[in-house]
Amino acid sequence: MNAHHTASPPAKVSGMQTMRDKWNSLSRVQQWAVLIPLVVLIYLLPVLNPPLLTTEPNYNFPIAMFDVARYALIAIGLNVVVGQAGLLDLGYVGFFAVGAYVAALFTSPDSMLHKLPYLAVLPLAVVVTMFFGVILGAPTLRLRGDYLAIVTLGFGEMVRLLADQVPALRGNSGFQTVGHPPGTRADGTALFNQTDGKPWYWLAVTLVIGVLLLVGNLERSRVGRAWVAIREDEAVAEIMGVPTFKYKIWAFVIGAAIGGLSGALYAGQIGFVNNQKFDVTTSVLFLAAVVLGGSGNKVGVMLGAFVIAYLPLRFSGIAEYKYLIFGLALIVLMLFRPQGLLGARQRLLAKGREAYQRLLGRPEQISSDSSLVAEPGKEAGA
Amino acid sequence: MSEDVTAADQPEVPAEGGIVAEVARMSPAELAAHEAEVAEAVAPDREIEVAVGDTLLAMQDVTLQFGGLVALDSVNFEIRRGEILGLIGPNGAGKTTCFNVMTGVYRPTSGQVVLEDRPLGKRKRHEITQLGIARTFQNIRLFGEMTTLENVVVGADARHKTSVLGALARVPRHHREEREAVERGMALLEFVGIADRAADKAKNLPYGYQRRLEIARALATEPKLLCLDEPAAGFNPAEKEELMGLIRKIRGDGYTVLLIEHDMRLVMGVTDRIVVLEFGKKIAEGVPAEIRDNPAVIAAYLGVPDDGAA
Amino acid sequence: MNHVVTFLADGSDWINFDVGALRDQFWNDTIEGLSQGSIYALVALGYTLVYGVLRLINFAHSEVFIFGVFGAYFTFFGLGFRPGPTPELGAGELILYLALALIVAMLVSGATAVVVERVAYRPLRRRGAPPLVFLITAIGASFVLQQILFIWRGGNQERAIRLMRPQEVFTIFGASVTNLQIIIVLASIVLMLIANTFINRTRLGRGVRAVAQDPDTATLMGVNKERVIMLTFLIGGLLAGAAALFYLMKAPTGASYQGGFLLGIKAFTAAVLGGIGNLRGALLGGLILGIVENYGQSVFGGGWRDIVAFVLLVVVLMFRPTGILGESLGKARV
Repeated sequence: MNAHHTASPPAKVSGMQTMRDKWNSLSRVQQWAVLIPLVVLIYLLPVLNPPLLTTEPNYNFPIAMFDVARYALIAIGLNVVVGQAGLLDLGYVGFFAVGAYVAALFTSPDSMLHKLPYLAVLPLAVVVTMFFGVILGAPTLRLRGDYLAIVTLGFGEMVRLLADQVPALRGNSGFQTVGHPPGTRADGTALFNQTDGKPWYWLAVTLVIGVLLLVGNLERSRVGRAWVAIREDEAVAEIMGVPTFKYKIWAFVIGAAIGGLSGALYAGQIGFVNNQKFDVTTSVLFLAAVVLGGSGNKVGVMLGAFVIAYLPLRFSGIAEYKYLIFGLALIVLMLFRPQGLLGARQRLLAKGREAYQRLLGRPEQISSDSSLVAEPGKEAGA
Repeated sequence: MSEDVTAADQPEVPAEGGIVAEVARMSPAELAAHEAEVAEAVAPDREIEVAVGDTLLAMQDVTLQFGGLVALDSVNFEIRRGEILGLIGPNGAGKTTCFNVMTGVYRPTSGQVVLEDRPLGKRKRHEITQLGIARTFQNIRLFGEMTTLENVVVGADARHKTSVLGALARVPRHHREEREAVERGMALLEFVGIADRAADKAKNLPYGYQRRLEIARALATEPKLLCLDEPAAGFNPAEKEELMGLIRKIRGDGYTVLLIEHDMRLVMGVTDRIVVLEFGKKIAEGVPAEIRDNPAVIAAYLGVPDDGAA
Repeated sequence: MNHVVTFLADGSDWINFDVGALRDQFWNDTIEGLSQGSIYALVALGYTLVYGVLRLINFAHSEVFIFGVFGAYFTFFGLGFRPGPTPELGAGELILYLALALIVAMLVSGATAVVVERVAYRPLRRRGAPPLVFLITAIGASFVLQQILFIWRGGNQERAIRLMRPQEVFTIFGASVTNLQIIIVLASIVLMLIANTFINRTRLGRGVRAVAQDPDTATLMGVNKERVIMLTFLIGGLLAGAAALFYLMKAPTGASYQGGFLLGIKAFTAAVLGGIGNLRGALLGGLILGIVENYGQSVFGGGWRDIVAFVLLVVVLMFRPTGILGESLGKARV
């Protein structure tokens, strides 16, 4: 059957491929020796404001970089759901919104609720969005995957509608002066304010790195293996002893948590939350970030986030058409390169590196296809 | 699909380092010692003193209906600990359906499946795996994007207890289980003879390797009963011979095996007892020699009407 | 009878509800719900048909619908009508113009559906892409169509063009029934009967059912699968186009690039409610949804109707995921 769908062509040695192989053959120490300066460079970016990279004068560069980091955080979270577990979540903006509203409700003077310090609100936003994740995931994740897509799509819209309708959420007038982390500058103004994006960027990058490490821990454990097994063949995963429902809920909830975190972060930086910022088109942008760079691959989705967030700011000519462009990109990409720009496979064993080395005297092959590539015998109708 | 997969590059000559290369260079004595080590890792906690021959799994009056269609009609048989039981019958006789009932894919309309005196009842599929039934698939269903080793470790995860939070925080149990799973996974790959492709994606393996990986993945769940669904499909005679050896070796390690197979020579050659199904009914049961001479079985296979058949 | 739920003692309102309003509005809500619901049902049929045949939620169907709305709107425009007061038309003229708009809307939606299928989905089928890829493409296609409208017409709603004003024809239990509501309900039912007869009685319709049951066997039996799929999209599109005209007649400001989104989700809810893949289920689901969201609107207030619809979707999935009448067309596959 389907003999014409080749399982996989012999791996072509592309530039990307050799780079990846080289990277994999380095030892941990060598890898850190490259990574640490890179991280330092990333932290310094808004200070350096490099000439070609800068978005000025159209758009404040540190704030642009904050947006990129925020999108990266979102993409990493959504990637857990879409890229790892293969669940299409189209209401991610809903979780983002819940996070933002939690931050607003507990820090803005416009809210009647008890005030909390901003840094305490971040974990609270995570918990509340996880709760929403369970509420939404429990009924839908038992069903076929496509139901999840439409229910989450509806959820994204519903959060917006609720913000409109529930008087306490203040609809269009929204919440002013959302809180921010503590600290003052020499001149007495707040360290984290709306005009200087740098502290916010550093906070965002730190959160990105923290979340990356934690998600990486999950990925290289039975949890990550369960997710990928579910994505590959849910029925078989179940028969091989994977409690699929439980792990799908976890993927969904962890994704939601990261979405909520980024929402709260966004609310703090922008300082103002109302119902106009969370439309479903934004959800599709988030999805595009994940799919564009290479879903399932953390570096890939961050690249995707960079493309989605940065390009319209850098080249303001395309900003008006960005939705159209990214929508077309989704279609074209699914057709010609469903694995995304960088489609590396993720590692799923905590001790894999040593094991392969010991067993074979060489590291594993990391070839550039991934989850979304057609597999023989698996059709949409099947 | 098979053509393409088989056409994929053949196993490379083992690289310089690594166990695989080492094994290739071993002397017979070293090899025997190494194999004993592997066998120990493959079947770690076998209770050797378990009486071979008592009932492991019993199908008790299992009937399965889809609407008006009766797929299984009060099927009764049992699988004894330590044996290789063959399940044969013409196409559509209900063999794979039998597997699906045992592994919880279908619930019997009436009757029950009992594993070690415990009825499977309404248990979920993953719970049945944890109780000790594992299976392979007639049409190979591996996790194609995972490596060979990762596929096996997914099977081993069925026995793991690390929680999601434990994995997040990398608790000591997580480290221990990861290490053990990798060790056992590697041993299993050696056991079925595909360790040299441990690092490759499952979907890039040659066909015969994929079939063996299915067996290794099922073994990794530490089953009491291993169900093999036409493991020799698409094999040439030499490969079938090897497979028979492997199945015997698996039994020798203390596993009980249920085998669905079309190839009569293989079934007759490897099984201890055989159950024959036709149109969802059991028509015969016995040792291979009895089955070979059973007129009802011959009639079922040759399609000759026979009064004694029903 | 006005209740307010306030919690966390912060003094601000969270949810208000008024059961008395539902009692007063019950029959009005029901009748209006039926006419609204028949629009949902027509669009739901498109989701159901495509889902039955391809096991795909065609996210772009909401844009197929909204293209039809624009088709009808610009037919009115082309006939010389402009935003402003409703013209006085004779019955013959009115029927002629509406029929013309109906045909245009159906053709526009039908063509859009077929183009989406040809450009976006068919190449993926050829490659045997996994379901997730189809879904992402579907959402991408929906997005692109929406943006095309946005770039062409901008973000504002088109100003209303009305051809007829709703007039009370008779009353039931004190609730008035308008000519508009009667036209919409009757026309929708007629169209759905035609679609149902087509699927169940004709040779081509048999092909559709055969592919829905088992695509491979149907192909072996000589059914041209590609043609059946195209036909399915076409029928779904045509019905969505009809729904588009009725929608525009009910809510003349409905022509907005984003207008398809909510209606699409509701129509899908209707399809799931009745049992996705089930033609009669789509009708039943549409009507129930239309009525229930009107009740919800009376109880909770105007903006809540959409939220009520969504909550209904989640509740249905929770308790009866196969819908009221069960899945059909082909049987659900694992």
